[in-house]
Amino acid sequence: MSKLLMLGDEAIAQGAIDAGLSGVYAYPGTPSTEIMEFIQGSKQAAELNIHRQWSANEKTAMESAIGMSYAGKRAMVCFKHVGLNVAADAFMNAAVTGVNGGLIVVSADDPSMHSSQNEQDSRFYAKFAMIPILEPANQQEAYDMAYSGFELSEKLNVPVMLRITTRLAHSRADVLRKEIKKQNDIKLPSDPRQFVLLPAIARKNYKNLLLNQPAMEMESEKSAFNSYIQGTNTDMGIIATGIAYNYLMENYPDRNCPYPIVKVNQYPLPKKQIAELYNTCKSIMVLEEGYPIVEEMIKGFLNVGKPIHGRLDGTLPRDGELNPNIVAKGLGMTVTEGQAVPSIVKQRPPSLCQGCGHRDVYEDLNEALKEYGTGRVFADIGCYTLGALPPFNAINSCVDMGASITMAKGAADAGLVPAVAVIGDSTFTHSGMTGLLDAVNENAPITVIISDNSTTGMTGGQDSSAHGRIVEICKGLGVHPDHIRVMTPLKKNHEENVRIMKEELAYQGVSVLIPQRECIQTFARRKKSEKKESND
Amino acid sequence: MKNDIILAGVGGQGILSIAAAIGLAAVNNNLYIKQAEVHGMSQRGGDVQSHLRISDAPIASDLIPAGKADLIISVEPMEALRYLPMLSKDGWIVTNTVPFINITDYPQPEEVLAQVNAVKNHIAIDAEAIAKEAGSARAMNIVMLGAASLFLDIPFGKIEEGIRQLFGKKGNDVVELNLKALRAGREFSEKNR
Repeated sequence: MSKLLMLGDEAIAQGAIDAGLSGVYAYPGTPSTEIMEFIQGSKQAAELNIHRQWSANEKTAMESAIGMSYAGKRAMVCFKHVGLNVAADAFMNAAVTGVNGGLIVVSADDPSMHSSQNEQDSRFYAKFAMIPILEPANQQEAYDMAYSGFELSEKLNVPVMLRITTRLAHSRADVLRKEIKKQNDIKLPSDPRQFVLLPAIARKNYKNLLLNQPAMEMESEKSAFNSYIQGTNTDMGIIATGIAYNYLMENYPDRNCPYPIVKVNQYPLPKKQIAELYNTCKSIMVLEEGYPIVEEMIKGFLNVGKPIHGRLDGTLPRDGELNPNIVAKGLGMTVTEGQAVPSIVKQRPPSLCQGCGHRDVYEDLNEALKEYGTGRVFADIGCYTLGALPPFNAINSCVDMGASITMAKGAADAGLVPAVAVIGDSTFTHSGMTGLLDAVNENAPITVIISDNSTTGMTGGQDSSAHGRIVEICKGLGVHPDHIRVMTPLKKNHEENVRIMKEELAYQGVSVLIPQRECIQTFARRKKSEKKESND
Repeated sequence: MKNDIILAGVGGQGILSIAAAIGLAAVNNNLYIKQAEVHGMSQRGGDVQSHLRISDAPIASDLIPAGKADLIISVEPMEALRYLPMLSKDGWIVTNTVPFINITDYPQPEEVLAQVNAVKNHIAIDAEAIAKEAGSARAMNIVMLGAASLFLDIPFGKIEEGIRQLFGKKGNDVVELNLKALRAGREFSEKNR
């Protein structure tokens, strides 16, 4: 099979396709977006008729994937770590229903918060749900794990989590492909009640999940993804999980680490190998990207016995992603350093694109709000979050997807009137609609601005689920049609838009303002491809 | 051999095409490669860097250790300085001299260039002017690749081949323009090393 140069994300996508994937469900989120994008762009996936459309949010994606598994086919669901919070209800219960067709849940963590609100570690969720985790150290393992993960899932009758972190997701290396497997045929679950989580059945299923734990451990102990690497110096033993192994080996140019290592790429932790390391070595160092989950497990409550080093005792920083120098320092090795950054070098923060419609929305809003003063704008997650930075300084909150509308409602309930919510079109359908219904039910005096750029802009311009239907959705949720105001955010409309905003800010009920102008990035791409098509 | 390269610039300046061209050349030369990119929020006008590692032996880390980069290729002069902690003692900086000013507190361009000149091994090149001469200002990043190619352990012919592969779909004119830009960059480095 051919060798390909692939991002970690792309390797997962290709591995799943080659393993007989029938459908992938996802909501875009850095660093997971490229998995779905790759499958959408794949000719092979098109020929195999693999389902590959974006879902409205991570929960609907997770549930659709469970449905495909129910039907006996192999399904994958992909999102970033905070997306797993949205999908958590379905995710936790999928461990209890079990699977029929293999089910892989890809959760891409973002230590150092390159593009995120927190650093949470998805391995905790998999441990919480009591299912296996596959955590690749490199692009080849990412491919191999997606390829063999479905089989593991079907064998153990549980979803399998494939956990990656930003660095691997967005790093390219060569990948060797395996032979292509056929998709499963449709096959209903042999136990017709397997997926019915009525308490009586759930109790039975849950007991089975518990009984299944030793089998999961056994799979880890004999997994080719986990290995015990002998070393000559037993003063210390190292547990290196996922990509942390690479950073460790980088410090040994000949790749000969003197300390014994357990390389962990599959969980539950391989007890046998860990016990051997613990019994052989005088102390243990745990290298892991994310939370100190393995370190906590090894350390135990009373911290008796041998010293355990890692993120908890300060040997490694408690936050942020790892790198070769951090690991070297932790091991007590001397590290190289380059020159200092000259003091003239300035920060270059991300900003809204020149010509972006959100800019006009904020200029209009800042003026409309002048008479009320600052501090009453609740915003959401997307490009428009950059309105928090100069020159706009226009928003006061960004907590999670959908929180703008509900936070504005809560603030209005507290008496902060008017309260304003700013949300994008994609985020609105992701998690804003239910909050708007709450506001309508109580006729909360809030002004909701759905800044509609007809795409999911922050992650690069994916399709937005309610494109062209935002007004109808707001009507359907019960917003009074007189208070649904569509506008075009352009300089020339500034005065008119400010006037409309002021009118609705004064209204003592739910109003929805919908400034509509396509994202300039997708607009430019569309024009370019239209031009190309007309030339062809 | 190993070439550890930091590619630096601002979101949207085309540093990933430089990475792709070097990547193709490396793969065609049967070398190992790892290339870590920055995606997402940072791309919106923020600083962007890519770690590109090429070696004749398997590569462990996707990230280059601090103080170990052999080369910084920057399509913008202030961004070249941002990654000085990554550069090894004998490493080279190859940077475009044309500033990309999208912040209000950008330092005086002369001061930035003075700092670049203070680095022992450096090539400062007005890549835009050279690209324009070659036929299109947009080929600036390929001029930069040409200028940097002098410091890569990949035969120049293989890099030319990578360019042909990368732009092949866009027609012969585009290929030739980029090859011209590549060679002009290379020539500049040879003269100014």
